[in-house]
Amino acid sequence: MENNNESAHRAVRIVTMDVVVAALILALGALVVYESNRLGSGWDENGPQAGYFPFYIGLLICICSAVVFVQSFVKLRTDRRVFVRLDQFKQVLVILLPSAAYVLGVQLIGIYVPSAVFIVLFMKFVGKYRWLRSAAVGLGVSVSAFMLFEIWFKIPLPKGPLERLIGF
Amino acid sequence: MEEINALFHGFTVALTPFNLMLMFVGIILGVIIGVLPGLGGANGVAILLPLTFTMPPTSAIIMLSCIYWGALFGGAITSILFNIPGEPWSVATTFDGYPMAQQGRAGEALTGAFTSSFVGALVAVLMFTFLAPLIANFALEFGPPEFFAVYLLTFCSFVGTGKGNPFKIIASMMLGFAMAAVGIDIVTGQLRLTFGFTELLSGFHFLVAVIGLFGIGEILLSMEEGLSFSGHGAKINPTIVLQTWAKLPRYWATSIRSCFIGCWMGIIPGGATPASFMSYGVARQMSREGAKFGTGQLEGVIAPETAAHAAGTSALLPMITLGIPGSPTAAVLLGGLMIWGLQPGPLLFVEQKDFVWGLIASMYLGNIAGLIVVLTMVPLFAAILRVPFPIIAPVIVVICAIGAYTVKNNMLDVWMIVAFGMMGYVFKKLDYPLAPMVLALVLGDAAESSFRQAMLIAQGDLTVFWKNWLVGSLTTLALVLLFWPLISAGMARMRAAAMATSRN
Repeated sequence: MENNNESAHRAVRIVTMDVVVAALILALGALVVYESNRLGSGWDENGPQAGYFPFYIGLLICICSAVVFVQSFVKLRTDRRVFVRLDQFKQVLVILLPSAAYVLGVQLIGIYVPSAVFIVLFMKFVGKYRWLRSAAVGLGVSVSAFMLFEIWFKIPLPKGPLERLIGF
Repeated sequence: MEEINALFHGFTVALTPFNLMLMFVGIILGVIIGVLPGLGGANGVAILLPLTFTMPPTSAIIMLSCIYWGALFGGAITSILFNIPGEPWSVATTFDGYPMAQQGRAGEALTGAFTSSFVGALVAVLMFTFLAPLIANFALEFGPPEFFAVYLLTFCSFVGTGKGNPFKIIASMMLGFAMAAVGIDIVTGQLRLTFGFTELLSGFHFLVAVIGLFGIGEILLSMEEGLSFSGHGAKINPTIVLQTWAKLPRYWATSIRSCFIGCWMGIIPGGATPASFMSYGVARQMSREGAKFGTGQLEGVIAPETAAHAAGTSALLPMITLGIPGSPTAAVLLGGLMIWGLQPGPLLFVEQKDFVWGLIASMYLGNIAGLIVVLTMVPLFAAILRVPFPIIAPVIVVICAIGAYTVKNNMLDVWMIVAFGMMGYVFKKLDYPLAPMVLALVLGDAAESSFRQAMLIAQGDLTVFWKNWLVGSLTTLALVLLFWPLISAGMARMRAAAMATSRN
């Protein structure tokens, strides 16, 4: 915990994020306007065209995000409020990265095995629990989800080699 | 009294053993959802929605609305025992509830909170019973311009009642509309905003957005705060309950005021949270012990809880009668109705009498069941809150993933919740409100088609929105709300100027 002080000083400020996010939203708004124009944002013989409504939506996105962009941009030097500190952001990554890996696992080998593995490893390495307790929770959640969805409610979830092995 | 007869018929629909069981299951699940971080009312109902597809619609809506009541009750538990508001509308409950728990009066605070929640909900349901058929009847005459004006009013009131930057509110809302437009245009059949990706053909499903924004987003926020729960124990026994009940009649005036504030604000979208704050503020000003508010006054728990629950209940009024939800959770319930093939709106009262009155009857019964469940099971729920976060976090991610997949059996949706989760995290920290975005995503297609129909009728003439007094007053009210931040700033400046001149 020695480097806590150092990392506490390294932070992203709210205004910086505001400027970046407003710019991203502006780009999205421009994309919507462009697409609406391509589809036709006016009238033809059947009435309003497909891009009629989205055109104004896109326009409003552009206007509002441009205003937010300017509002934040002028405060860029003065406003020092913190969006997230480095140590906090590391905590966010501790759950975000394993979650993304978990979703990849679901894509590859079905939902039940990755769910158990994810919970067990997270409890073991982040929560510092014993293997036995972690395994009990992970397997418990996975098996009860299997019973609930595949057997009782007959709602099929993604399955992989292990489930095929036991006949599902 | 046609309503009374219809209501009794509703009770016969709702009072089957199967439905009663679903009611209790729903309430218990709802309280658990309300207590756990990352599983709020909207998100919890969204995840559990697919499980109800096999049930008859009336049973399904009874269970889902009971989950909603349970989540409303659950918010009070975390606020009072742990000083962590489980839901935004229970923030005001922490002001006096947590000090009471610190003084060892947790049981009294919880009993007060639950009972006043119950009273608030009951008053709102009574209002619902008699007002809903009237509004539905009235709305049967609505044409496309009227419906679009009501949609406009719904969305503008987010700007008028929201506290944050109005441009961020509108940007967030419009992003919701843009996401709703992705996919096949229902009128012309053209592909919109898909950019050649076949995965985007069916568009963004709002349930996936809700699960990502509220579920994963909340988990990311909780991780960042390094959440460690340290709560107070709670013992509720019949003696404490009876003692507290004996005290409650003293606060009848606060209670009535809070019910009014709650019912009124609940019909307006996003109303429960401002209603609870407003009710707390009014109670502090009107109470004889107002100065002691914040130090553990029972009245300071009663006021916000009554209003929040009344508002939460009346949020269903515009959802059922007009098809316009007053809160994200009501929006998810509305989505459920559409999936079961029920079109919410005035016709529901004509075509699906059993369903509507069964739902209204279940509101009475569900709140009674809720009061019983929370009063008897508080220690259990408090124990759930003590489960450490490293266990809860991955389990909730798994539940969210399952919930997202079951929406359309689509793997891409599971990836989407991770993306929506990051978006929810950033938006929440930057004060872009999520509720308007979700509501826009739900109502986008309906709002667009009513706008296009109105334009078609009027051949592009915008004055159609002022063609008679009804649509005209709706549109005007909507515009007043839209520009309310400007109007109120202008009034404040004029008042300041008047003060300055009078001083000179």
